[in-house]
Amino acid sequence: MVTAEPDSNETLVRFEGVERHYRMGENLVRALDGVDLEIRRGEYWSIMGRSGSGKSTLLNVLGCLDRPTGGRYLLGGTDVGGLEDDELSSIRGLRIGFIFQSFNLIPQLTVLENLEVPLFYQRVSPREAAERAVYFAGKVGLEGRLHHKPNELSGGQQQRVAIARAMMNDPLILLADEATGNLDSNTETEILALLDELHEEGKTIVMVTHAEKVAARAERMLVLKDGRVEKVVENPGRGPARC
Amino acid sequence: MLNTTWIRTIKLGFKSLMLHKLRSALTALGILFGVSSVIAMLSIGEGASFEAQEKIKALGSNNILLESRKPPEKENQQSQGTSFSAQEYGLTYDDAIAIAETLPAVEVVVPIRSIPKRVRFGSRVVNAQVMGTVPTFAAVTGTRLAHGRFLSRVDLERKRNVAVLGAELARKLFPLTDPIGKPIRIGAESFRVIGELAPPGGANDASASATATGAVFVPLSAARSFFGELTVKVSSGSREFERVQLHRIQVRVDDPGNVLDTSTALRALMRKRHKEIDYAVEVPLELLRRAEEIKRTFNIVLGSIAGISLLVGGIGIMNVMLATVTERTREIGIRRALGARRGHIVAQFLVETVVLSCLGGLLGILLGIAIPGLVEYWTSQKTIVRPVFAALAFGISAGVGIVFGLYPAWRAAQMDPVEALRHE
Repeated sequence: MVTAEPDSNETLVRFEGVERHYRMGENLVRALDGVDLEIRRGEYWSIMGRSGSGKSTLLNVLGCLDRPTGGRYLLGGTDVGGLEDDELSSIRGLRIGFIFQSFNLIPQLTVLENLEVPLFYQRVSPREAAERAVYFAGKVGLEGRLHHKPNELSGGQQQRVAIARAMMNDPLILLADEATGNLDSNTETEILALLDELHEEGKTIVMVTHAEKVAARAERMLVLKDGRVEKVVENPGRGPARC
Repeated sequence: MLNTTWIRTIKLGFKSLMLHKLRSALTALGILFGVSSVIAMLSIGEGASFEAQEKIKALGSNNILLESRKPPEKENQQSQGTSFSAQEYGLTYDDAIAIAETLPAVEVVVPIRSIPKRVRFGSRVVNAQVMGTVPTFAAVTGTRLAHGRFLSRVDLERKRNVAVLGAELARKLFPLTDPIGKPIRIGAESFRVIGELAPPGGANDASASATATGAVFVPLSAARSFFGELTVKVSSGSREFERVQLHRIQVRVDDPGNVLDTSTALRALMRKRHKEIDYAVEVPLELLRRAEEIKRTFNIVLGSIAGISLLVGGIGIMNVMLATVTERTREIGIRRALGARRGHIVAQFLVETVVLSCLGGLLGILLGIAIPGLVEYWTSQKTIVRPVFAALAFGISAGVGIVFGLYPAWRAAQMDPVEALRHE
């Protein structure tokens, strides 16, 4: 199944000519068309590109929601391409933390229950799950909102819950898909600050965005075009990024 | 660990169902009616067949009954108005002797004359059926006595004018006093009471008591000499004279295994002895077999009707669950992204359906037990609720939940997580 925890600074993600092709009617869509990528532990990446450039597909493949149709994807040394559906579920549950643009909290569950969902599938005892949920809710500043339903929270608060939820399984890698796309600029700043904080604590983060200002927070920026890597910019925040 | 996972899944199921209370309640209603109709139908069917079987059993499964019947031709003749000639038909004393002598498996033959008469004690007058019979009657029909004794061989031989009262008759004639030793008048003759039958105790003791309770038993010989063989029926202005020797002959066979063969032989014997079919042969064992067959058919028919209503309930559940799955596509996507395996998703939705159908099933059991009770209360139709019906119905409802929940749950699990997350 999944190999042992890699050492620090080890390569977490290795894409070797990863392809994701699919048929849409008569046409073959090359959403990813030979992507090479290497992400090391503790790095903060942003992925930019126009809509249709393959950003979301890349993130889905990274998060093991989608399987590459060609090339090789090694996550922590495991070749994801050959895994069964259940094994992919396990990897998502154990190693990946997702943050979505539309928060994707489960509406009928409270904040606490939403936080417990990932651990439920890992058979963590209810007590331990609750303890961790309380801890991470505190970490994102929502200790007072544990028993609220998502629709009783503001967008920023919901995204905080989502971040806390993504942290619950102590993932190898945090994947954020337009995490601030639905938020106003003040809230965006708060959320980005929270991500910075997690990064400083050593989390590996990959963030898809179309906003340069947001992308500039990352250490490395990958620009996609038509399913291929157009360029990788080191420390995009220091100089003007050109797409 | 496994148990807590299931408990939590069940809790989750409850929670999801509570989100749409009305929808869940209406869906469960389908199962509720299905289950309750299964139980009610089975209970009513069981009660009806039980009653029939008890009646038949009371006749005795070792017994064969012969009854005098007026042949149809004579009835026609009667209506043409030959009103003063007495009709002679039915079973004879010679029949009884012939049966006892020619059929080897026959153990006891009990001849019975049955004459309607007024029975009087003091100023109380009751219309009763006078049964002239022999001492073995009590043993063959399983009649039990409350007081005194039944007819004896000596009573029979000496044509004694002694009488044994049926329980109901005894109560009517002697509401306050002990009837034993009291003189009564049957028609114009005086008799002395020597015994009183026990009232039918419980359902099992329908033993001839249905007829016996309002009757008075006298020695056959006495009945013959006191009342003769001619009975007069007055009906709508015309008088009917009938000459019938024996109204019934009750035959006991030594072993239930010989009953069917003996009944065949007996029918042949009777055909030889009688030109007309002025008698009827009833074999309780045959009736019992037939009743059991009828019960089986009955149960299949009722079961199918109830099954169809459960099927409809199940389809209702499936329909609702398919809608729920579509509605919660996003949630499924989220759960899959957070590490849920397909099996988890299947379990979640399946548990939800099973919880729904089991809730419907439990309430259905309550209703299903209540309905036969009401039926019994209003129609005095006997019903029997057996625990196995409730278990069966509950099992079926859980089964319906699984069968009809499986497809929606499977559809939910087959969704592509990426597609599901994109679903609005």
